This record gives sequence, C-alpha cells and structure tokens, in this order.
Amino acid sequence: MVIGASLAGARTFTATASQGLAYMWEALYAASGLRLPIVMALAARALSAPINIHNDHSDFFGMRDAGWIMFNGEEAQETYDLTLMAYEIAEDPRVLLPAVVSYDGFIVSHAISDFYALSDEDVIAFLGKRSTGPKLDPDNPRTFGVLALQDSYFEFRRQQYEAMENSREVIAKVFRKYEEISGRSYEPLKKYMVEDAETCLVVMGSTVGTARSAAKILREQGEKVGVVDILQYRPWPAKEAEQLFSRFKRIIVMEKTMSPGMMAGPMYEDIASTIYPKYNGVKMVDFTYGLGGRDISTKGVIDIYRLGKELIDKDKTDVVHFYGVRE
Amino acid sequence: MSKLNPIAKIADLPEDSKFRPGHRLCAGCGPAIAAKLITLAVPEAIIVNTTGCVEVGTTIYPYSAWKVPWVHVLFQNNAPVAAGIAAALEKLSAEGRAKKMPVIALGGDGATFDIGLGAISGALERLDRFVYICYDNEAYMNTGIQRSGASILGSATTTSPSGKVIPGKQENKKDLIGIVAAHHIPYAATATLWLWRDMINKIRKAVNYSEQGPAFLHILAPCQFGWRYEPNLTIKISRMAVETRLFPIYEIEDGQLKINFRVTKPAPIEDYLKIQRRTRHLLEPKNAETLQRLKEWAEWSWQRLENLEKAGKVF
Repeated sequence: MVIGASLAGARTFTATASQGLAYMWEALYAASGLRLPIVMALAARALSAPINIHNDHSDFFGMRDAGWIMFNGEEAQETYDLTLMAYEIAEDPRVLLPAVVSYDGFIVSHAISDFYALSDEDVIAFLGKRSTGPKLDPDNPRTFGVLALQDSYFEFRRQQYEAMENSREVIAKVFRKYEEISGRSYEPLKKYMVEDAETCLVVMGSTVGTARSAAKILREQGEKVGVVDILQYRPWPAKEAEQLFSRFKRIIVMEKTMSPGMMAGPMYEDIASTIYPKYNGVKMVDFTYGLGGRDISTKGVIDIYRLGKELIDKDKTDVVHFYGVRE
Repeated sequence: MSKLNPIAKIADLPEDSKFRPGHRLCAGCGPAIAAKLITLAVPEAIIVNTTGCVEVGTTIYPYSAWKVPWVHVLFQNNAPVAAGIAAALEKLSAEGRAKKMPVIALGGDGATFDIGLGAISGALERLDRFVYICYDNEAYMNTGIQRSGASILGSATTTSPSGKVIPGKQENKKDLIGIVAAHHIPYAATATLWLWRDMINKIRKAVNYSEQGPAFLHILAPCQFGWRYEPNLTIKISRMAVETRLFPIYEIEDGQLKINFRVTKPAPIEDYLKIQRRTRHLLEPKNAETLQRLKEWAEWSWQRLENLEKAGKVF
C-alpha cells in the first residue's frame, strides 16, 4: 500500500514490528530497489518460534542488508526527532532510499513518556512537500520495476550502494538543520563518558540509559568506562566508528540479537571490521542479552562489564557470551 | 475521470494501442492480446503488474512495451500497490499535485488465484478504488508450466504431469469469481479474447465502477506454450472454452448475476481437449473417469450459474 502511494508521489509512512517486518521481507528490498523514500517505524521485537512479542533486536538486524537507512531511537524523543529527519534524508534527490526508525518494542513503544513536539508550522517549514523520487505520471509514462538481467541488474544495485554512501553527507546536514529548529543535536554514535575511557560498552536502544547509569556507578568505583549508543546503524558511520573505537583498550558489545553459527553478533562484526586489522591492540568481547524481552538492570550491565573485562584480560573472547540465560 | 461508454464497433477504439510491438511474449500469446485490448479499452491508465509472463516479456531493461505509466513490484502485491496509488491520487489530485486516472492491477492466475489472494481480498474488502484484471492462462507459465489453482482438472503440467500414476491435475479449478463476489464489490465479470467487444466493454464498465470501489475481471487468456497447441489457434481455443461451458461468460453487477453468452447447446468437451497436448491424454480410455469428472464439473458450474442468475440479487 505505501509502495503504491509512494510511487504515485505521496509522502508515506508505515509502522510494523516483529513478524510483520519478517513478512514484508520482499517488500523491503522492493522499496529500496524502486528508490522510494518511505519512512517506517519499527517497534523492535523478537521473532518466532517460539512466539514471544517482547523486545529484542532480531527483526531490526534481520533487515540489515535490505538497503534501508536505519536509525535506532533510545526513547520517545529520539524516535520522534529521527522520524521527522528520516523524511528529509530519504527524500533528498542524492539519496532516495527508504528509512526505518526503530525503537524498543514495549519498553519504549508501550511506555508513557514526555517529549517535545515541534509545531505543525515548524515541521511543514522543515520538510515542505515531497517533490522528489519516482512518479507514475501519465504525461511522462515511465516503467518502474523492470526486469533487469545479467547485463544491467548489477548496475542498478551499484547505484543503490552509491545512494547509501551519499546519505552520509545528507544525514549530517539534516542533523544540523534539525538542531537549528529543535535545539537538539544528533550524531551517528552517541557517546557518554568516553573521553578518558579504557573500556567501552556498546549498546543500542533502551538499554543505553541503563548502561549510562551503570557507567556512572562504575566511574565512582574508579573504573574508566564509557558508553556508545549506535544511533545510526546504516549507513554504518565508519569514519566516526574508526576514530572512536580505535582508542579504547577494551570494547564490550551488548547485543539483543543472536546470529547462530557465528562467533559474534552484528554490531561486534561491524566494529571489528571497522578497526581490524589497523588497530589490533583493541580487544573485543560480545554478549548476547535480553532476548524475548528479558529485562536488563543496571546491575546486569555492571555484571557484563566486569565479566567482559575479565574475559578480555584473560583472552577468552572467541565465543559469544550469554548473559541472563538459564543454562 | 470521464465516463467510458460501451463501444459498438472496432472503429470506436483508438487506432493504436499503448501496448507497443517489440515485446518478447510468444507468438499467439493470449495474455499479450489481452494486454493490447486493455490498453485499447482504457487508453489512459496506470498499470500495476504482478510478476509473471506479461511482466518479464514486456519490460526487459532498457526496453518497455508500455506507453502508459507501469509498475511491477512483487508477485503478490499488485492489489495493495494499486490501492495505494489510487488513494494517493485521490489526495494529490485534490491538491492539484497529480492527475487522477484509472488504476488497473494486472495479474496472472498464479498471482491472483494463489499467491496474492489474501492481499486481493484485503483490497476488495476495503473497497479500494481500482480495477483488478486477472489474465488466466491456467498455470505458472513463466516459471515453466507448474499447476496453479486455476489449472483445470486433468491438465498436464510439470508439477501435475500425466503419466502412469495420475492423469494430470487431480483437482478442479478454483471458483475465483465466487470468492471475489463474496466480497460484494460493485462489479465482477468473466471475459475472454474471442468475445473481444464483450471484454472491452466490461473493462470500460469496470473502470467506471472503480470510482466507487473495486471492480474485478477474470479473463481467460490461452497460452500456446503451456497448453501446447499451435500458436494460430489462440482465439479458436478461447472460443471453444466458452462453447463447451468450461469457461462461462457472465457478470455480477449490483448483486445480480447475468450470463452474457448463453451456451444452449454445449460443444463436446473432447474437441477442446484433443487439440491441446496438456489435455489430450484425457481422451485415452484409462482416463475416462477424470474426463467424466471434468464434464460433470463443467455442467454443475453452469447449472449453478443459471440458478444464481434466477435467484435475483444474491451477491
């Protein structure tokens, strides 16, 4: 439905979660391949079986390679702000890609929370009317969704990659423009107490706040720890990530998803492929936690920090570690 | 949108179709003839095509046979895509940002009877304003003649071959219009290539109805490649399907079913089956039971239509 409306030239929005996202796997690729600037909210939730409904990030990471710009909001305010910015980014003629704004299912999506909304006038002034992208027009009849074979498919896909690369600059510009009207500043990687940190906790979503509380407590105990939130997942902020992550001694990645058969989750892989082999002094360890909505407390993050640090220092980092599971 | 009036003669149509020559569909392709008749019947429309023969045969990059706005998204979602386009045009045209025009979802029988049926049902139930046209060639021809819910009993396909164990497909054709009519939409009809004027006028009528809600057409479009007959026989086969009562021509308008081509003395089904290699095995004595079942099904379906017609406004 939104693919059709977007093709007709309308600005479109949809929302989904979990199985709904998995069910639209084909449509995700079609939306990005057709270069439609659709914006979608995703209340990130676990995938069946067994069926669960509660929060983790299995659905979000499942769409990693579908060619969508991917953001993850920590709470209501970020989710709101990112949704508005997503339109401005997606509709830029250099980009024309769909964008997803994810936020934790139930923990954020079903929690009552205050946030600052912009006035309608400010939003209209910020976004204007949609004027870019594919359009089904009788005066200029064009064919969309063609059959592209061995001689042309690769070039279509290559252009999609280029569009995603172009989005980096556009995202930075839109973040600045949005700050001017909202007073809230955004960057792809959200940092907390990282300046002098030796160990960095990497998290995504609602756990970011919990990790900040944990870092504060750990700092009081003399631990040099910081927290990084991956706010912009695709395009992966490679430059920022290289600068940031290369300076830590230890990186402890906390993932609310699982990649069976692989020795690490997706965020670990992204960070590792950004800094290795250039900065091989940085040691990393990966934790899977919180699947199917299993709660994580401040104490839980502190446990992961202590355990992670110990594992790295003992060089036992070659497997995924599970936190909070009965075994 | 201006109302489309029925045509009386071929001269009432535009001279040239916006479905252009040079496409890669087979000689004698029924769906290609259907596509041409659709663009002649409605010169200005947006076409939303499913995955299938017509899609792959007409839009091999960098070429396109379509001089109307055309889009293909997935195998199963032309109905919701068409509904989305229609909804957006409604809004954008009110703001002067787009031109309102008919939206036609075009799909093969695989996409319509099987893969996209749930999505189609949703769009019909929501009374979305578009026309759905199913070009039915009674199997997944594009992928190599696999059986579909539209294949007739006894047809030999690559997934229901006729051999020592079974004489082709073991199940009857799905009652597509029956399913569609159960949504109580403004207009639903069957048509076929041989009765080209009936088909064109039904398309035009469907477009007029689509201002109020969905209108649905089920068009039998024989496939020389999959039915395995000589390419010059497509229109004759389309005629024989009607005259044997295997494909009745009727419409449901304002809840009333009406048979548009009354077959009083049906032609022998055997004549139809024997000129197609997908069905000629049904004439072998060992397959007599399947042949009998097919005949009974055709008769039962016809009687049912006559009863529904007499019953008044039952849809």
